[in-house]
Amino acid sequence: MITARRLGKRFGDRRVLRGVDLDLERGGFLVVTGANGAGKTTLLRICAGLTAPSEGTIERRARRSELGYLGHEPLVYRELTALENLELYGRLYRVPERRERIGMLLERFGLWEARHERVASYSRGMTQRLALCRVLLHDPGLLVLDEPYSALDEAGAELLDAQLAELHGERTLLVATHDPARIDSLATARLGLAA
Amino acid sequence: MTYARDVAALARKDLLLELRARDTLPAMVLFVAAVFVVFHFVLPAAPSRLETTGLLWVAILFTALLGLGRAFVPEREQRTMDGLVLAPCDRSAIWLAKSLATLAFLAAAEVVALPLYALFFHRIGGATVLAVVLADLGICAVGTFLGAMAVVTRARDLLLPLLFLPLALPVVVGAVGSSVASAPGRYLGFLALYDLLFGVVCWASFEYVVAE
Repeated sequence: MITARRLGKRFGDRRVLRGVDLDLERGGFLVVTGANGAGKTTLLRICAGLTAPSEGTIERRARRSELGYLGHEPLVYRELTALENLELYGRLYRVPERRERIGMLLERFGLWEARHERVASYSRGMTQRLALCRVLLHDPGLLVLDEPYSALDEAGAELLDAQLAELHGERTLLVATHDPARIDSLATARLGLAA
Repeated sequence: MTYARDVAALARKDLLLELRARDTLPAMVLFVAAVFVVFHFVLPAAPSRLETTGLLWVAILFTALLGLGRAFVPEREQRTMDGLVLAPCDRSAIWLAKSLATLAFLAAAEVVALPLYALFFHRIGGATVLAVVLADLGICAVGTFLGAMAVVTRARDLLLPLLFLPLALPVVVGAVGSSVASAPGRYLGFLALYDLLFGVVCWASFEYVVAE
């Protein structure tokens, strides 16, 4: 699904990524680890097509409609409600049976009761749950998740565990985390980045 | 049809955000009203039509600039541009929707501004109203495009006027000409040509503004 060779990225004089090779097969689960500043986020942004590499090549065999990306930011509008945000993305991704899919995800991630509240009033954990709903909304074939457990409480983390286990084998996953033990049993490949 | 639905969804989002936050339209209305009130007292007792027409267009241009400067603020502050860029819709839909939303705010501000101008200075003719419509289209198309370019830079507050005002000069020339000429057809045609030309250029090249 993703093949990268000698991938590198510079921001001005600062090199944040150097010589990364990556092979992620369809249905694979690649866990990316590394200390702060090792380039995990940059690598995931390159894999998602949000950032162009300065060196090397990358081939992603997935269209934009097949990609689900979770970054450090939830990519939702704070002045809109959870429902309005998901409606917007549902329309842009042309999700079939949009209302039902949105309702199912909000129920699953425990946000149904708060669906008409503005995201600005959400806690960080609730916002992260909404971001996960957004990522899963169009049932993507390739999921690129940057620190998906960030800000989640134990209940939220268990929900995500169950979701990832469900997706395991059926979808291709690229996950960056500081806590690899949590998803180690699901991983089919591991990539450690040095700072 | 799908493209139109994407544009509608994105424009609806921008209108909803303004409805909730109310930080663009009130500023535009207050600004343009304040300009006319101030100039009503500053200008000589009976200013000529030529003088006040210039004032009208300068006020419209800077009111638009106020709205354009805020057009991509939600995307910048909440970093949501990544989400829009990753969506499988044509990226020019983002520009078109944002242009339409900005056009709606500018038109709403002008609903207040034009009667105020007529009250304080001179009656507004049909050619001027038509020029306002055509000028708004060009201003919003070009300004939104430049706003998207400026928003990713640190000097965005400086960069947008620096880029926008020179490119808006033809609009001012066409608009003032339409308002004061005895045969405004040529100037209105010039404004329509500007809209068409710059609209196509912005539509075709927006992809390169938002993609790294």
